[in-house]
Amino acid sequence: MRRVAITGLGVVSALGIGATAFWDALKHGRSGTRRITLFDKSLVSVPIAAEVPDFDPERELPGAPLDILDRFSQLALVAAREAVADAALVIDDSSRDRAGVSIGSGVGGATTQDTLYRRYYSEHNARPHPFSIPRTMYSAAASHVGMTFGLRGPSICISTACSSAGHSIGEAFDMIRGGRADVMIARGADARITAPVIKVWEAMRVLANPDDPATACRPFSADRLGIVIGEGAGVLILEDWDHAVARGARILAELAGYGATSDAAHITQPGIDAPVRAIRTALEQARLTPDAVQYVNAHGTGTPLNDSTETAIIKKAFGAHALRLAVSSTKSMHGHVMGASGAIELVATILAMQHDTVPPTINYSVPDPDCDLDYVPNCARALRIDAAVSNSFAFGGLNAVLAVRRAH
Amino acid sequence: MTMPDTPQSDAPHLDPTNPAFEQTVIGIIAKKKKVDPATITEASTFEQLGIDSLDGIDLVFTFEDEFNISIPDQVVQKMKSVGQVMDALREVLAKRATPPA
Repeated sequence: MRRVAITGLGVVSALGIGATAFWDALKHGRSGTRRITLFDKSLVSVPIAAEVPDFDPERELPGAPLDILDRFSQLALVAAREAVADAALVIDDSSRDRAGVSIGSGVGGATTQDTLYRRYYSEHNARPHPFSIPRTMYSAAASHVGMTFGLRGPSICISTACSSAGHSIGEAFDMIRGGRADVMIARGADARITAPVIKVWEAMRVLANPDDPATACRPFSADRLGIVIGEGAGVLILEDWDHAVARGARILAELAGYGATSDAAHITQPGIDAPVRAIRTALEQARLTPDAVQYVNAHGTGTPLNDSTETAIIKKAFGAHALRLAVSSTKSMHGHVMGASGAIELVATILAMQHDTVPPTINYSVPDPDCDLDYVPNCARALRIDAAVSNSFAFGGLNAVLAVRRAH
Repeated sequence: MTMPDTPQSDAPHLDPTNPAFEQTVIGIIAKKKKVDPATITEASTFEQLGIDSLDGIDLVFTFEDEFNISIPDQVVQKMKSVGQVMDALREVLAKRATPPA
């Protein structure tokens, strides 16, 4: 099996546009949760979300065909451009047939759909925009990135709710390992901060809504209130190791293991055994013993059930070493970006490794007996990270775990 | 649910018998293709203007919205130049203007 290098990163989230802004906020423990500005927030009971601030598509994507790009494709394209530039990746005729795109998205073009249905049902306008289909389809962001960079190898789109990006990156990893591609632009993107989407999450009774939005997401703290809906995109350039070395690329880390399992038990409640198997599979594939891992970027949604269950999962998978791990939920800052979570969080993990610093779990104030690991509360911590794990556990019990090692 | 094809206003730029009508049509095409309206004439073909099938349906949508009309598919298929667009719009607008007896 071939080894897989990570050579470029790109990210757009509530913490800003670009990896520099992202890392600055993570390091300083700043929340990206604010009052909603994308629609009239009086339409919802929970008027907060982790929106990408000041996103101006004209400025970020000069010359792009914005008419045909839903917001999730726009975010994906901005992050992809950053990652390709970061990797100093040049795709030419010698490489394009073996370069592809893998995207994870939980909901596709949600803002386009929202406009479409509002016009039809509410405004009684029977004339939908003809670009509604190419804007809405989940795979649109894959196609646009492929067209932008001329990638003609395998391109796929995966939708597994909150694990979409984890699976997207994992499947791209397997494509390179198995020799089906040399370069994959692997990512996740979601933009679905619309009134009906907030309403349906309200209906599930899982949204946090304190007076101060910045304190809304409190993973692992006993006073946790639930999730914060976020939006954004995370992109990683994955390359066959020898391909990266041959072109003199700077290798940020090795993507070394991928575990994908299913609970086959409940459509919303998380299980324990299948996620444990996913972690163990990722570690075995990466040839890592549990005690070789220093950091776990947790799924850490901030719901009562997820966080206690994930704690039990980590303890079972890592055994006694679990108590020595640094475990943090960066969702406390960038919110729950659903189909993009796994990618944004793997970007956070690689940046942590590069900066020898673990980003914190912010808004942590009250210990919970069911959550008794070291969650790096509130302040970033200096720590050399040789190996790390990023968890994604989706509704419906679809689990994707990625393991990364320091490049050498 | 259907939307009645009633004129929104009798604005001269939407009246096919008014000279401003042609400038309205050319203006919509110019804006969509981000070109100077002065470079577009009735004789300009979609091919010359770089209007592909996707641009074409986007234009049809814009004309329907602007003139508050429905353009039938068989009429859309005849629209391959700016002049043909104007003819098609005139045809649809004329039908709307004469209610059945």
